[in-house]
Amino acid sequence: MSDLESMYQQVIMDHAREAHGRGLVTLNLEHVGESHQVNTTCGDEVRLRVGLEGDTVASVSWEGSGCSISQASVSVLSDLVTGESLEHADLTYDAFRALMSNRGIPLDEFREDLLGDATAFVGVGKYPARIKCALLGWMALRDALAKAQLDSTENGEGDD
Amino acid sequence: MFPDVRRDFPLLTRTVRNGKPLVYLDSGATSQKPHAVLNAEADFYQFHNGAVARGAHLLAEEATEAFETARADVAEFIGASPDELVWAPGATQGINLIANGFAAASDGLGGAEAERFRLGEGDEIVITELEHHANLIPWQQLAARTGATLRWIGINDDGTLRYEELETVITERTRIVAFTHASNVTGVITDVDAFVRCAQAVGAITVLDACQSVPHLPVNVAELGVDFLAFSAHKMLGPTGVGALWGRKELLDALPPSLYGGSAIRVVTMETTTWLDAPQRFEPGTQPVAQAVGMAAAARYLGELGMDAVAAHERRIARILREGVTDIPGIRLLGPVDAPHGVLGLAAVAVDGVHAHDVGQVLDDRGIAVRVGHHCAQPLHRRLGLTGSTRASGHVYTSEDDARAFLDVLATVPSFFGVTV
Repeated sequence: MSDLESMYQQVIMDHAREAHGRGLVTLNLEHVGESHQVNTTCGDEVRLRVGLEGDTVASVSWEGSGCSISQASVSVLSDLVTGESLEHADLTYDAFRALMSNRGIPLDEFREDLLGDATAFVGVGKYPARIKCALLGWMALRDALAKAQLDSTENGEGDD
Repeated sequence: MFPDVRRDFPLLTRTVRNGKPLVYLDSGATSQKPHAVLNAEADFYQFHNGAVARGAHLLAEEATEAFETARADVAEFIGASPDELVWAPGATQGINLIANGFAAASDGLGGAEAERFRLGEGDEIVITELEHHANLIPWQQLAARTGATLRWIGINDDGTLRYEELETVITERTRIVAFTHASNVTGVITDVDAFVRCAQAVGAITVLDACQSVPHLPVNVAELGVDFLAFSAHKMLGPTGVGALWGRKELLDALPPSLYGGSAIRVVTMETTTWLDAPQRFEPGTQPVAQAVGMAAAARYLGELGMDAVAAHERRIARILREGVTDIPGIRLLGPVDAPHGVLGLAAVAVDGVHAHDVGQVLDDRGIAVRVGHHCAQPLHRRLGLTGSTRASGHVYTSEDDARAFLDVLATVPSFFGVTV
């Protein structure tokens, strides 16, 4: 497999063509967070919304435009964290960041398991210029989750 | 056309991405450097380095001489006089220097002679929708600082300027008309006369962004008839970190400086400062001396090739690139194939259904270096319904084979990403 083919693995191409979680969902949940991220080098953007039910990431939806790497990445992300605990989402985020800074080398088995389809992005780590593309959705996820939790705290205080 | 030129550029002999020969088609972003430029910089540092315009020892004299000779050479390259040529780190800073001069005048600095640069409510600054950010943001911010209004000449769906708007947008209220000599995206060369005529009719000051034209076309400031013109060395085979701002002497001598420090001054007291005349009033502190020497070497190198011959080479590359991309299904050329005043040797394209970053990645994998993204021209791309494009841009060392290699790989891009055309 050439470097190019290892970067654009079939699973990435599939997600780029038919992205999951696309289309912002109106949420009737108490704890909702939203983040808008822009890749300043190319103008790609993503707006991602999460909704929490207790400690569970109940909903992930997004809209955006960008290259196949950024679009596939946010699609895979929405599959990986929807329905999972906040702790699991954080671990997955950390694992994906580690994968991106690993220069094209696969991670250990534990983190590979966490990443599932996202392990296909391993080849992106060889191209510093593209790591930002792959991370765009994940940055939005991190920010949206933080806001949703902040939202929880504020609401909690308000209830008191 | 320039068969021996490539061997002057050492970087072009290196390989990339697993031993592939380099096809460098990103000269619109920055050009490669010939031995003549590299040697000129090295020679300055090895034999003549000293503080310019201060000190009385031999090296100080030689460094000053090299610096001022460089100024004369670069001035001559654009048909200007040396005392009208100000060193600036690049075209961006050159344009900022003019805009900030207007801002300083508008703040009340510069005395009576700066009256013509004072802006306020009711005044208008005119640019075009084609501009890259360097000739857009300084004017937008100047308008915001002074209360003036920013207006612009629009573009057609094919990316060409709407010249018919010149007479309605440029009015008695217009004080500045700033426009590009050639678009870094569409490659179209501007009808400068049309702008200058309208601007002069209302007494507006003209500023020409020449960073894409000076490296590729014969440029003579006397023939252009503009008031200010800025360009960068690094796009014309010269070093980074240096460029030039040319201006009419009487305007430069009246424009208030906006960078302050030593060497730019006549008399300094604890309360006040008086400035030297141009160009020194705009050159406080230590200047990029070795870079200026390198820029002059680049100007001489281009001068020896002959700018008419460079422009003819450019047209040949333009034809191959621009006609070539329009022959590929699913590829859209930004801008027309040709234009009344000609086009630069570049092609910016949109590939249906494939993002520019993905296009660039496939090209890069084959050793072909292009620019992807908005090329610092977001409003232009937005106007054309795009967020970005893929641009191949050549220079004197670009061969017809380089252009064809780009076309061959570009044609494979849609199928690689499963797009049917």
